[in-house]
Amino acid sequence: MTLLLTVFAAVISTVVWYTRPVDNKLCTGVLCWLFWGASLMWLVDAVFEYAELKAEYFNPAPLDMLNDAFLGLSVIALALVVWVVTLLIKDPDGKVKAALKNKNKK
Amino acid sequence: MACFTATVAEAVIVTVATQIIKKKENNSLSAHKFSNGNAALKSSENEKIRFSRKLMWLAKLLWGGSFLLAFEHLWHGEVVPWFPFLTAMANSESTTQMLYEIATVGVAMAVLLTAVWAVMVIVSNVIEKRKDAVETHNEESAV
Repeated sequence: MTLLLTVFAAVISTVVWYTRPVDNKLCTGVLCWLFWGASLMWLVDAVFEYAELKAEYFNPAPLDMLNDAFLGLSVIALALVVWVVTLLIKDPDGKVKAALKNKNKK
Repeated sequence: MACFTATVAEAVIVTVATQIIKKKENNSLSAHKFSNGNAALKSSENEKIRFSRKLMWLAKLLWGGSFLLAFEHLWHGEVVPWFPFLTAMANSESTTQMLYEIATVGVAMAVLLTAVWAVMVIVSNVIEKRKDAVETHNEESAV
């Protein structure tokens, strides 16, 4: 479930990156690297688990599935936080800088 | 148990290598400019993606994946914020199991990420070569 949610997030962030304006002010590339990196790594994990459990791998207990889904959503939330922090630090439009300057003037 | 440590190790090595190659590329670029009397580089040479940038793609992929997997290990209680940071280090039996997992799953993860990056580099090289060929063809037909 975690792998599935991360792959969906990776595909969506790649589509957003592809349809972005050329200047890429939103820094969506960060999300692509995070989600694709994690998806590929969890894919390997899934292959090893499948080799061990065989068909049983596709019949997880409902409680395990719920926990995995919760983990997947938490991973997406964490990646989004990393992305927002990166965006604010890079500050491509200078909005943070402008806001701080205005605060100093007051 | 701690499979992501293999990719973290690779990420550190790749990041250091990227910085060294970047420095060398900058030095050779400035030497080239100096020898040509600051003349502009050929447009195709200018537009080509540097190898250091391509290597940075691998570093980003490795760091990104390792970061989210580290969070997963934290979630499952396999990584703790106090020494020795890995719960599998508690006894020799679980340490052996952890090392086995790093050597199998961890190395496989690192290999897959590197293979995906290699495909990305090959595709970008093919695109650059095609672009060069089109530019040369256009220049020749203009003459």
